[in-house]
Amino acid sequence: MKAWGREVLASVLVNSIYEMKNYPVVLLNTVLSPLSFLIVITFVSKGQLIGEAIEGGFIMSMFQSGMSLQGDLSHLKNDFKLQDMVVSSPTTPSAYVTGMALGEIIYSLPALAVLTILAAIYIQPGLVESLELLAVFLLMFLGSVAMGFTLSTFSSDIVQSFAFSRLISTVFATLPPVYYPITYIPLPFRYAAYLSPTTYAGEIAQSSTGLIQLSVTDVFLAWTILLAVSIALLLVAVNKARWRDV
Amino acid sequence: MPKGMLLCESLTKVYRDSKGRKALDSVNFEVPSHGIFSLIGMNGAGKTTLVRILATQLEPTAGRATIDGLDVISDAKKIRERVACIPQEARTIPWMTPKQTVLSYLLWRGVGYDEAGRKATEALAEIGLESQVDLLNRRLSGGTKRKALVATVLSSEADIIFLDEPTTGLDPISRQELWTSLTKLAEHRFLILTTHYLEEAERLANVIGILHRGELVGIGNLDQLRSTLKYQYSLMITSETTLPAVRDGLVTKARTGQTQILTDESEAYDISRSLLEKGAKFSMSRVSLEDIFFHLVHRTGQGDSD
Repeated sequence: MKAWGREVLASVLVNSIYEMKNYPVVLLNTVLSPLSFLIVITFVSKGQLIGEAIEGGFIMSMFQSGMSLQGDLSHLKNDFKLQDMVVSSPTTPSAYVTGMALGEIIYSLPALAVLTILAAIYIQPGLVESLELLAVFLLMFLGSVAMGFTLSTFSSDIVQSFAFSRLISTVFATLPPVYYPITYIPLPFRYAAYLSPTTYAGEIAQSSTGLIQLSVTDVFLAWTILLAVSIALLLVAVNKARWRDV
Repeated sequence: MPKGMLLCESLTKVYRDSKGRKALDSVNFEVPSHGIFSLIGMNGAGKTTLVRILATQLEPTAGRATIDGLDVISDAKKIRERVACIPQEARTIPWMTPKQTVLSYLLWRGVGYDEAGRKATEALAEIGLESQVDLLNRRLSGGTKRKALVATVLSSEADIIFLDEPTTGLDPISRQELWTSLTKLAEHRFLILTTHYLEEAERLANVIGILHRGELVGIGNLDQLRSTLKYQYSLMITSETTLPAVRDGLVTKARTGQTQILTDESEAYDISRSLLEKGAKFSMSRVSLEDIFFHLVHRTGQGDSD
């Protein structure tokens, strides 16, 4: 267990702490990216959707952490051959990925701190609502981390990998209704939005804090789908991700 | 299963996108798992593929390999506790310093933070980077970056070390310094080293394996490899002169443009005497690894398969 902790620490240091320490400018991007949409939605809705936008910012931060993980792991694997060096060591894939994923969260901490302050001011969730939001955001993070790790182990080209990472982030975290209620989307397109797990995360978050009204059945369904997708992504990561190349 | 040996049996690798071309074609050998084992060959010969399989980074298509009786597939976990590897195209991460590079690697190997810091400083000093431990890697020269990577494996407790072309890009002095470090390292550990520099293999290795187009075309120490050739001596004639008659030997044009005669010991002395009488400039030596390499590679077909 001690060794596992050290392995995790190594990944955290390499994937976030050292870069933040040596290149502090990278922090600006992680703060600005989720907050920019929040600002736009808040201005366009004249402040009416600030609650949804704050929750959307959280969801996007968590989802983007997983997607950034895909790009970063791919970069470290293909450009620096780091994964090969780590494979030929006692480190387990779980320790490597856990540390790398925690590194992504550490990167997002400034943005998450700003969002938490905004949530405390504008949403003011109670304890139960806060726990529910936390569970949704963690599921979002776990699912995207699993997907990010799996994709990174298959990638052999960093340019393609970063392009893919940005595409997935846009399709799953920006286009679906995470920053605003799904009712703002015209009906035929609403069905397409339900193909994204982030839509369910947004619905649960908005419903738990009373920003939208959902029936108990709809909330149950949203949780079931979100859980199922996250578990499926984790299973795919465990079974299909390549630690040793074939 | 043999202990103290590195064993490959019918080891074969066909990459999925290679249209059936074998990167390794039924490679068989057994060498002691101590000292320095060097793999030489042209680009695409299969050196990196073999190293990646042995270092548990790549699955073979067929055959098996064991190190000290541990199978690289079924005993991968045990092997990974003992191996360390610097891959061929490994690079230092630009936003880290050499000390951070070595320290994080040691943490991945389960070493405690304080001990990792101490070992990192020692390993970097050993390789001559004591004044650059806290500079960002992106500010270092190519050779220094390479040395920082080598320091990672030097600092580890691993007793089986894979170095895929470790001296590529190093200046002659840095290369010499690294050779000294590797020789010292090999006193207690097993080094598997690939290189394009035949002189490096000749200088460092206890056993040399020659790969060509995925096949192992020669293996052994220098004397054993020499014994695969019909002729053991090489005369390199550097001046224009009429060549003496060669009874039993091979007269070739060396890649340098000089005339080379490969022959046995007694005839080599006879020819030398004749050349001395003519005042010709020449050198005589036992056949080098370069001679052996070109002979074995040409025997199995010329050209780079890349």
